[in-house]
Amino acid sequence: MLDRYEVHDHDVLVIGAGGAGLRAAIAAAEAGADVGVVCKSLLGKAHTVMAEGGMAASLANLDAEDSWQVHFADTMRGGQLINSWRMVELFAKEAPDRVFELERWGALFDRTKQGLIMQRAFGAHTYRRLCHVGDRTGLELIRTLQDKSVHSGPKVYMECTLTRLLKDGNRVSGAFGYWRDDGRFVVFRAKAVIIATGGWGRMYKVTSNSWEGTGDGICMAYDAGAELRDTEMVQFHPTGMVWPPGVRGILVTEGVRGEGGILKNSEGERFMLRYDPVKKDLSSRDVVARSINREVLEGRGSEHGGAYLDISDQPAEFIKGKLPSMYEQFLTLADVDITKGPMEVAPTVHYAMGGIHVEPETGASSLPGLYAAGEAAAGLHGANRLGGNSLTDLLVFGKRAGEAAAEFARGGGGPNGIDEAQIDEEKALLLKPFESGGGENPFLLHQELQAVMSDHVGITRDEETLQQGLDKVLALQQRAENLDVQGSRMFNPGWHMARDDIFMLTLAEAVIRAALLRRESRGAHFRTDYPEKDPELGKVNTVAVKIESGAEIKQRPIVPMPPELAALLEAK
Amino acid sequence: MADQETFTFQVFRGDSSGGEEQEYQVPATTGMVVLDAMHYIQAHIDGTLAVRWNCKAAKCGSCSAEINGRPRLMCKTRLDDFKDVDVHVHPMRTFPVIKDLVTDVSWNYEVNRKMAPFTHDPAEQSPWVMYQEDVDRLYEPRKCIECFLCQDVCHVLRNHEQKDSYFGPRFMVRYQYLAMHPKDILNRTGAVKNKGGVGLCNITKCCQEVCPEHIHITDNSIIPLKERVADEYFDPVRWLGKKLLGKRDERPAESETGPASS
Ligand SMILES: Cc1cc2nc3c(=O)[nH]c(=O)nc-3n(C[C@H](O)[C@H](O)[C@H](O)COP(=O)(O)OP(=O)(O)OC[C@H]3O[C@@H](n4cnc5c(N)ncnc54)[C@H](O)[C@@H]3O)c2cc1C
Ligand code: SF4
Ligand code: SF4
Ligand code: FES
Repeated sequence: MLDRYEVHDHDVLVIGAGGAGLRAAIAAAEAGADVGVVCKSLLGKAHTVMAEGGMAASLANLDAEDSWQVHFADTMRGGQLINSWRMVELFAKEAPDRVFELERWGALFDRTKQGLIMQRAFGAHTYRRLCHVGDRTGLELIRTLQDKSVHSGPKVYMECTLTRLLKDGNRVSGAFGYWRDDGRFVVFRAKAVIIATGGWGRMYKVTSNSWEGTGDGICMAYDAGAELRDTEMVQFHPTGMVWPPGVRGILVTEGVRGEGGILKNSEGERFMLRYDPVKKDLSSRDVVARSINREVLEGRGSEHGGAYLDISDQPAEFIKGKLPSMYEQFLTLADVDITKGPMEVAPTVHYAMGGIHVEPETGASSLPGLYAAGEAAAGLHGANRLGGNSLTDLLVFGKRAGEAAAEFARGGGGPNGIDEAQIDEEKALLLKPFESGGGENPFLLHQELQAVMSDHVGITRDEETLQQGLDKVLALQQRAENLDVQGSRMFNPGWHMARDDIFMLTLAEAVIRAALLRRESRGAHFRTDYPEKDPELGKVNTVAVKIESGAEIKQRPIVPMPPELAALLEAK
Repeated sequence: MADQETFTFQVFRGDSSGGEEQEYQVPATTGMVVLDAMHYIQAHIDGTLAVRWNCKAAKCGSCSAEINGRPRLMCKTRLDDFKDVDVHVHPMRTFPVIKDLVTDVSWNYEVNRKMAPFTHDPAEQSPWVMYQEDVDRLYEPRKCIECFLCQDVCHVLRNHEQKDSYFGPRFMVRYQYLAMHPKDILNRTGAVKNKGGVGLCNITKCCQEVCPEHIHITDNSIIPLKERVADEYFDPVRWLGKKLLGKRDERPAESETGPASS
């Protein structure tokens, strides 16, 4: 094909500039690698910026009993034991150091009276554990990493979308994509590639995720032959905004409940007392989301089909100090003053526990030269992620993946050439919608997929609904052959959406097939036809591999936990 | 709302070579914001309309535009404010247009690179002790979401094209954070004056009027920085003291000219 492309060379290519990508880039650069970081948005705008509640680490600043061991046990229990216990161990041990390091790099945290980092209560964490600054912790994290990385060496390529990993033999040797502004093609050649592209929430109609959450990196790895893990595990955050329609799904931080907010149904009943008398409103997310869902289905929902979340018992100044952006968000977007009355909330798709299968220590995927970290990687959170565990995940495993990738790149050896045929194939896929004349509007096709996923692969699932959902997704995959876009390649959202559709349609199949195979209820995955946990399925992970005909799903036994870790789960 | 069925939008369509407004009719829904309308146009009328956005909740600073002449976030601008008038949506004027509502804001990222990063005393390792009173003061400048609306409105950058001599209000906010942080050890005053060009600001306060995060940019960032500069450079007593007694600020200083990296 005539279309030329520019080429950039780096030792380590990081795809994604959220918390995971930036932390990985800093680590790889500090390890001596020449690093390139690519992101779809402007720097500092990734999902990570939206995180509100905080980052979990057992600093024990408020509750002296807290320790990495308790954080370990909470996280394993939250994940219903299908987590990678080794990842959870590393995570719980290293989280405090990653928080302190962030502080040394200029991050601001709320403080205790003694001048230590303040920690707040969050769902299913035994102790007060979330380090935070108001309800803007993600902004603090990403701005700190952004300012740090600017002076640490990585070269950042903003508003560039990568759509395909390039391979030399089995080894990943780079990636291909386009500049968003003018549609020019671009190739990155690298000795090691780290995927830090976040999750796939945009597959669903009601979601807290931005346009970026289309699963690109996970799908690129899957397309290239890497194994995915636990794709059926999609987290519904219990509290998204409900009204007005335009804001449906936008997150209401769990911090509201952490600071004393209470859920009530239309009868004014504090219904969580019925569903989880011990942890109540701060039960784990899967439990609270299902409880709200049930209240609505049984006719006790709020005006627009959710629940009421009320923190107005607390003093107005306290609310404005602890939850300033929630206060502002409801005031400007929903005309609700949360210091005076309740918010309306309902579950919203929030986080993909599933993703690229990785080695705990290094973030290495099943393909040589390919690493993953952050939401794009799987294993830490098992069947359900605890709030606040993502932000520290980004730091702990971003650092580890960056160091490991730099090390791999230093080894250098082996082939890492670029294969024109792979590039031509991807170019053809990208350009097809301009020539197809097939009439499928990429935005409307996306909306159809979102409706299918919400209706068929929601908070509760069963064989029949899932099977129907699968058939619909396969039909949409066919229709995607006829995606049709107008105009030129100059900053063309319709064109961008068309490729995103293909990523999401490919992954949606892996999500549904995995959900069909897990015939039990565990964490975020609730099957009305198998409402109990099956102890045998508690010993396996789901693995998805792409084959000619679509997604192949297998189950793989979990390596048993060493006795000293298993003992931690027995305690208490 | 919704007593009105449609809104009439006049949206700038074009690129670096020029462009003009194009009219669109968008059905109204309750609580709608300008960004919702842009998404409606993309999905139903013209998929090529270029817009930036991410969070849709005023947290990321991506969706900046000029709406009926005023720099605002599209995701935070309710259509209730525009009953019975056409809504004109234009890109920020201070930055070169790439396409439609998307502008080239890369200059801001270059400015950021010129500033020395947060620098603590290497002898002091965290966890460190710091008090909530400090955090409360530092919280304001730290709220900045880098929407660059203040940069857009500031006449020094907008009308006088002095991007090479003034960093602009957003970066005065960042300097304020660094200068006030009890653990940052660099003396930033020279850099604020000579590299940042704080003297070019003549305190019109336009920036703080448009800041969606309600940061009092002029009052709490720029004026205190100007005072420090005045103190250090123009206060005759201090100046004499320095001259005669050899009294000097012991702290290392951020470079006043070159790139930040030390
Ligand atoms: C509203 C909200 C609130 C949250 N609150 C909390 C909280 O309080 N505590 C907590 O622990 N977690 C929270 N989470 C979850 C957490 O914020 C995310 O899981 C986490 O930020 C993901 O980080 P990441 O680095 O993996 O990816 P992201 O931050 O999602 O970044 C992905 C990056 O990859 C880039 N990218 C994607 N695709 C491509 C491509 N094809 N080519 C090039 N670049 C690409 C994007 O541009 C972006 O830079 C919240 C999430 C949301 C949405
Ligand atoms: S106060 Fe200063 S920085 Fe703000 S707009 Fe006016 S001149 Fe610009
Ligand atoms: S200071 Fe305010 S207006 Fe300026 S970039 Fe930051 S948030 Fe935007
Ligand atoms: S979309 Fe994030 S500020 Fe408007």
